Formats: sequence, C-alpha cells, structure tokens
Amino acid sequence: MQSATKVVRRDATAASGDSVAILAFSGDIASTSKDTVLQAYHGVGEVKKVLLDFSGVDYINSSGIAIIIQMLIEERTAGHRTIGIFGLTPHFKKVFTMVGVAKYATISPDEAAALAEM
Amino acid sequence: MKNGSSVEVRLPSELGFEKIAMSTAAGMAALMGFSEDRIEDLKTAVAEACINAIEHGNKFDDQLDVGVVLSSNDDELEIKVIDDGGGFRSTPATPNIDRKMSGEEEPRGMGMFLIQSLVDEAEWHNGPPGKSFVRLVIRLDKENS
Repeated sequence: MQSATKVVRRDATAASGDSVAILAFSGDIASTSKDTVLQAYHGVGEVKKVLLDFSGVDYINSSGIAIIIQMLIEERTAGHRTIGIFGLTPHFKKVFTMVGVAKYATISPDEAAALAEM
Repeated sequence: MKNGSSVEVRLPSELGFEKIAMSTAAGMAALMGFSEDRIEDLKTAVAEACINAIEHGNKFDDQLDVGVVLSSNDDELEIKVIDDGGGFRSTPATPNIDRKMSGEEEPRGMGMFLIQSLVDEAEWHNGPPGKSFVRLVIRLDKENS
C-alpha cells in the first residue's frame, strides 16, 4: 500500500568548488524505504558532500525520518562526509527540526541555497 | 458541515493504509475551515497514530482492523484511533537527537512525540481488545494563537 521509494543521483558543484552528490527521492519515505535509501547513500562513492533532495517526496513518516537519522549516525561514525537536506515542505522542515535532525544536517529551502551552504 | 458530524473509517492492519485516514482527516478539517498548516499537522499526527495502531496495537494482524472515528464538535475536531492492543503504558518520551546520534537511543521512536506536539490534545487510553485508543483533538482557535 505504500508507494515505492525512488532515488535518482545527480552530481553538482558546491559554492566551495567541492563535488556534491545529490540524491533526489520520490514516492514515500517510510519504513519500507530503508534499503533503497541506505543503498543509494552507500553508493555515492568518494564524494565528501551529499545533498538529500525531498522535493519529489509525497509522504514522510517518523520511520522515514529515522532512516535519515540512521544515515546521519553512520556518517558521524565514519566522519568523512557532510550531509545537507533541501526540498522539504514547510511542514516537514518543522517536523525535522522538532525531532532534532536540523542539529546534524543543514536544511535549505532549495538546491541553489543548499549548494551555497556547502 | 453540521456540528456533531461524524465519520468512521476502518483500516486493514497494513502499513500504508494510514494514508486513507490522513486524507479523511484532512478533508474533514478543510470542511471545518482549518488552515493548511494545521491540516498538515493533523495529517502527520493521524498517520503516526494509525501506524502505532497497525504496528504495536494490532501487530500487523490481517484479521484485525484499526478504527478511526472523526467527530466535529463546535470548533474542534476529535479523532479516535482504536486498535486491539493493550494500549501504551507510559507517557511519550521526547526524542533526544544527541542520544540517538551516540547510539544510546534507537533512531526510531518519535511517533508519539510528534502526535503530542502537533495537536492540541492527545490522550492514550488503555483497554481490553478493541477498546484501546488514542484521542486527538485540534481546535480552530489555535490558528490565531
């Protein structure tokens, strides 16, 4: 009953000149998304900066947010990448902030702002 | 919409069906005149309540339904999400992102916190099978506060 999660990777350059992998999600971000989301993240390669694009996401629940937190935990342990987020609706920006995600990942309104932040 | 109007939805105990309850709640709140941002709050709270009922209350049992009863009363919308579990024995804990990041707390476990944070009232009632429910209320006057 949940919509499949899709991820498309594209590459960009941050304002700093660093390469950035953008993972653009669509569909639902829920418990069933875990493998898709984490496999996409594990496959980004050697880039040091990753942006998560939620502008195509229809539905996010707390289990989906937990997957993003899992990603942040892995990165904190490995300690070699910066993760940023953009494309959240105002409601989900509020929710991500309420649960503390904003403390560990910069949340920007759109791709241009996110690349400028990186 | 008439005061005292009520709608009931029964959901299979399968993840994803919470979106039916979200849509129903959003439609009813829109008819009552709630703002878009309050409706978004309500949708997330209803979704999380239904997910808890499906996952923890009915434990994904395909023989059990989750009941969702929406009632308008004056300037408030009440939603009861009913399951066959024994209810929750503790009050919702506030998630601590630092503890999650350090591995002292599971990454999951934010649903009840979100429910409580996004509506004006949230109460968990324990009961025998089919009688445990969470009661959510949002009020129209909250928009101006």
